[in-house]
Amino acid sequence: MSTSIHVALWQVAASLVLVALAAAISFWQRADLERDIAVATVRSIVQLTLVGYAIKLIFDVDSIWLVLLLLAVMVLFGAITARHRAAKVPGSFGPLLIALALAGGTTLGLVVALGIFDPTPRYLVPVGGMVIGNAMTASAVALNRLGDEMGDARARIEATLALGATAREAAAPTVRRSLRSGMIALVDSTKTTGLIFFPGTMVGMLLAGASPTDAVRLQLILLYALLGSVSISALTATALAYRNFFTPAAQLREPEEPAEAPA
Amino acid sequence: MSDGSHLAIGDHAAVLFELREVGLDRGGKTVLDSLDAEIPVGATAIVGPSGAGKSTLLRLLNRLVDPHRGEIDYRNQPLRSYEPLALRREVALVPQLPALLEGTVESNLRYAADLAGQPLELERTLALAGLDPAFADRDVGKLSVGEQQRTMLARALAQRPRVLLLDEPTSALDPAARDTIEAALAELRRELEISTILVSHDHEQARRLGDWVLRLEAGRLVGSGPREEVLA
Repeated sequence: MSTSIHVALWQVAASLVLVALAAAISFWQRADLERDIAVATVRSIVQLTLVGYAIKLIFDVDSIWLVLLLLAVMVLFGAITARHRAAKVPGSFGPLLIALALAGGTTLGLVVALGIFDPTPRYLVPVGGMVIGNAMTASAVALNRLGDEMGDARARIEATLALGATAREAAAPTVRRSLRSGMIALVDSTKTTGLIFFPGTMVGMLLAGASPTDAVRLQLILLYALLGSVSISALTATALAYRNFFTPAAQLREPEEPAEAPA
Repeated sequence: MSDGSHLAIGDHAAVLFELREVGLDRGGKTVLDSLDAEIPVGATAIVGPSGAGKSTLLRLLNRLVDPHRGEIDYRNQPLRSYEPLALRREVALVPQLPALLEGTVESNLRYAADLAGQPLELERTLALAGLDPAFADRDVGKLSVGEQQRTMLARALAQRPRVLLLDEPTSALDPAARDTIEAALAELRRELEISTILVSHDHEQARRLGDWVLRLEAGRLVGSGPREEVLA
């Protein structure tokens, strides 16, 4: 069975009709998103084309070190991106970097160790990208929530510290809610997968001509890998980042002015 | 002492806290400025207008914040030499607004008692804070502000502290609820050997609940001594 299809450039160009439709709806409803849609479209073309060539190069060279370098770059840029969404969390970059590295390393290490995938660029690059990308989103959501909650729950946390609780004990309910918010989106989408939406990998495989059984099996593996990585990243990010709200003497630090969010 | 209105405690009462040149800034603004004061064992009230630095002073005493300048002694030892968590179980603070943990009154009291490693005498602790034993099973989210504030007091008492820091504990309450809390505090002083340090903007309340009084204005100590002299 063939699992490859050829997509001509004119087919990609034709799909831009739907982008024009999105821009037209925005213009008609004065949603003021036309410029953003245009930027998003151009960026998606440039970024994916560059990534396509980069992946082709990595596949051709077939070096595990190059793969690891690429994954490290993904972790670095993932942490930088997620940091902007965690603007209310002081010193969030370190926890995010560790969270993404740990989530990516553990998840990929396990799928290779269990013999699910071969340790070759063809598997590690796309799976690593998905794992680190989802870990980034989950840890960003979790820390965003942590920043809001630590502000809202300040009085309760300090009242708990005043009883002689440790910083970990005082922040526990807040950390728990933040962890949950980082994980819940993927848990919910895993629950409804196949019913309300078809996940991307499965759609891609079906379009490429793979059998539905293979497509489903691969999708299940990826969903479970993502669940693992999202849990590890959200747990690590919240467990490390909450400490930055406290001094070593278990005192709440004064809130800092929030950093300017990027456009 | 920096001027004649500041009286030393003298030999008749032990010094609980001693503050020397204590200063603290927040957001580039001086909140407490060169505070020299003594707080004796017993009942002390800290009075002054809003923004005088009263609550900040109280938070300094159980190390929820540390001063940027100066030194504080507790029972003749530097406050910084005390392990903060152990200190807070001995010097308990009841904040101005109730901030209980989700759950029942009993679960809050038990949490505090467990932290301090103390057995919980539920009924007695509730009674000391002026609460009926039937409150034990009540969800704290369904209590009135006055009931929540008394639960906060009971929660602090569950740790069997030696010093109780009270930050305007009746400011959000109506007169009836205020009287109940004040009666509970008076009862506490009779029944337990607890020193109380109460922050209040109400001079009449300070007169009722403080034997020794500190008066703050704009972060500076403008008076300290027996209540008859400071609040004359």
